[in-house]
Amino acid sequence: MTVVELGWWGVPIGVLGGAIRISTPFLFVSLGECITERSGRINLGLEGILVMGAMSGYAVSYTSDNPWLGVLAAGGAGLLLGLLHGLACNLPRVNDIAVGIGLMLFGTGLAFFLGKPYVQPKAPTLPGIPLGAWSDSPQIRAALQVNPLFLIGLALAVGLGWALRNTRWGLVVRIVGDSSDAARAMGYAVARVRTLSTALGGFLAGIGGSFLSLYYPGSWSEGLSSGQGLMAVALVIFARWNPIRCFYAALLFGGAGALGPALQSVGVTSGYYLFNAAPYIVTLGIMIATCSPRRTLAGAPGELSINR
Amino acid sequence: MPVAGARSSGQGRAVDVEVLGMTKRFGALTALDGVSLRVEAGSFMALLGENGAGKSTLVKCLVGYHQPDAGEITVAGRERDIRSPHDAHALGIGMVYQHFTLVPSMTVAENLVMARDEVPAVVNWQAEWSRLTAFMATVPFRLDLDRPVSRLAAGEKQKVEILKQLYLRRRFMILDEPTSVLTPAESGEVLGMLRAMTRAGEVTVLMITHKLREVMAFADDVAVLRRGKLVGKGRTAALTPGVLAELMVGTREIPRSHARKAGGPVEAGVPSLVIQDLKVEDDAGRLAVDGLSLTIRAGEIVGVAGVSGNGQRELVEALIGQRPTAGGEILVGGEPFRATRAEIRRHHVFSLPEEPLRNACVPAMSVAENLSLRNFDRPPQSSGPWLRRGALRAQAERWIRAFGVKTPSADAPMTTLSGGNVQRAVLARELSEPVSVLIAANPVFGLDFAAVAEIHDRILAARNGGAAVLLVSEDLDELLELSDRITVIFDGRIVHESATAKADITVIGRCMAGHHAAAPAPSPARA
Repeated sequence: MTVVELGWWGVPIGVLGGAIRISTPFLFVSLGECITERSGRINLGLEGILVMGAMSGYAVSYTSDNPWLGVLAAGGAGLLLGLLHGLACNLPRVNDIAVGIGLMLFGTGLAFFLGKPYVQPKAPTLPGIPLGAWSDSPQIRAALQVNPLFLIGLALAVGLGWALRNTRWGLVVRIVGDSSDAARAMGYAVARVRTLSTALGGFLAGIGGSFLSLYYPGSWSEGLSSGQGLMAVALVIFARWNPIRCFYAALLFGGAGALGPALQSVGVTSGYYLFNAAPYIVTLGIMIATCSPRRTLAGAPGELSINR
Repeated sequence: MPVAGARSSGQGRAVDVEVLGMTKRFGALTALDGVSLRVEAGSFMALLGENGAGKSTLVKCLVGYHQPDAGEITVAGRERDIRSPHDAHALGIGMVYQHFTLVPSMTVAENLVMARDEVPAVVNWQAEWSRLTAFMATVPFRLDLDRPVSRLAAGEKQKVEILKQLYLRRRFMILDEPTSVLTPAESGEVLGMLRAMTRAGEVTVLMITHKLREVMAFADDVAVLRRGKLVGKGRTAALTPGVLAELMVGTREIPRSHARKAGGPVEAGVPSLVIQDLKVEDDAGRLAVDGLSLTIRAGEIVGVAGVSGNGQRELVEALIGQRPTAGGEILVGGEPFRATRAEIRRHHVFSLPEEPLRNACVPAMSVAENLSLRNFDRPPQSSGPWLRRGALRAQAERWIRAFGVKTPSADAPMTTLSGGNVQRAVLARELSEPVSVLIAANPVFGLDFAAVAEIHDRILAARNGGAAVLLVSEDLDELLELSDRITVIFDGRIVHESATAKADITVIGRCMAGHHAAAPAPSPARA
């Protein structure tokens, strides 16, 4: 038994593997939310978009027999829902938080409704890249079985961080998110930039959803998401609206999520559910530690409705 | 000429602009009434007028924010149709606004580059950086291009705004009260630079201002608007401040300066408000007020001068209970004061905060309800848990009459009142009962002559009645007029204090700018 050989080393390795596996949806959703919030809007509906993405990705993968088409379809579904949020918030006196909560309920409900026929069938899932092939230990191999989406997400985080500083597109998003007065004075169409940013954020959140149904856990069911979409919003705040830090924060959240199973694998079974609650405790702890009623967060886009 | 010929432009030549018979109506109000005005190329013209005289409307028509109902605009001898700010920019007309249009979280460099009409899809920062550095070498400001704008002081932000116009090679620059947030020294520096640039033929300047001193010192020409009409123009050299002031206010009598009770503070020696080593954090958690100490005695007005953003807002918010303190002590009448409702009532502490509609009123509630915010829970306005509407109304109507608040009725929502009347209503509430401590922050900001004089009279009356008054203001003239003692706040600390009678305006100005070498406990890093 290799478990016995590794002993307690199984815990950090399990956490590392879990961090890589579980963090991917966090990463995509938080990068999407990062773009949206940088433009000055909050989309709380990402949870609904995530579930909708998971469903549509699974459905398209099943019908087309190509998981990558499924990923694309998930992104497309997310894009449409993001666009819906963006357009709704352009109307006068519409509150982005309220629309977001509506979208969250709408997205999950729609996914459950449309996804009923796909709960049973087995769709082809995404392949993993065996980066741990060099090792004899099955734990290490399992931990380093990395999904391409994770690597794409990493590249995206780096690219987004660069783009926000070095491209006209990124700078315009930041201007719009920080001071709509300044943006208007410079002649930028504030509503359009925000709508497109929200749609793009929806696209990424949809892809994050497809990871859930097409890789880990790798099936479609109604209990698939456990609030990753909502936690990603907290994660963006924790990461101070910086894509690179979103990546680290997603790893941290993923690792916290993997703590329960990793401890179980070495025989610590008492408090399993408590350890499974680790991500939520981390969320709560982070929110308490970083938020203060007396000050605004450094780096927060000035136009966010929660900041004004 | 003092300006070096080294500036990079050959194309940034100043242009002349002329408006003919310009009229602009907003509903029933005629904001501009057939104004004709010519600004010669390379001249520095000041546009004077009271609030509501039509200055802003005129320049907003020039930069394309408003479309005039009648009249035409000629730029460099050709008639032009300016339909949007974009059209104005294409003609080389640019504007520096009273409020800043910079993006706070971005650096100076990012703000400058993004202000251009054409920004490349991918910004090559290395190339931009060397271009910006070369540009900075041609201007008389020294600014850190890498600082986020949110970390700049107000004066520096104003410089970036002007810098931006130069960077964009504007040939006709309009400035809307550009010195309202600057120290006297900074104002002189900025205006002197603008004048030098007009002399060199780089740019034409049209500046809206209230300050006659600046007009006399820097402008070549001056035009005066009153109630939408051009009532006078001419060479500055041929005019006197008295003539200009008379043109601005017309035949109406200029309100007399206030009777100051002779003999100084009535009860001199009794400290009413004592602030000891006070520390207050700003929204970002930095210490905006950092070890500030100040004592105000009954019957005196202590003025706090300073450039905005040096902790004034946080100081006032802490004193009136809107913001927790991070250290130090506030004593009122010798007892610790935390601005609870009970303490406020016991010590008769009242306040005139800035932006009264936001800081001192509940906008959706009626005027009568707002007037009773201090005492609705006491008889006769209430008995037990019940409010007595009749008594509330009677009090409101009494105060509305006494303070001349113009409102449709006591039941109208506060938001329907004009700025001056909101301020009058707040004055009525805060000054109708006996006052021992009054905290006032920019109490006349944005009000017209008559309202200013009236509010100043009320504040002086409170002082003469024995109140200790802390007056925080960005308007040095207001402070010099009202205060018994004048202090200067810089970086969250009082760096200068003197009796107003002996005050030296150049010393005060230098302290406002942070050059307070002789001040108590200066830190060596500053100045």
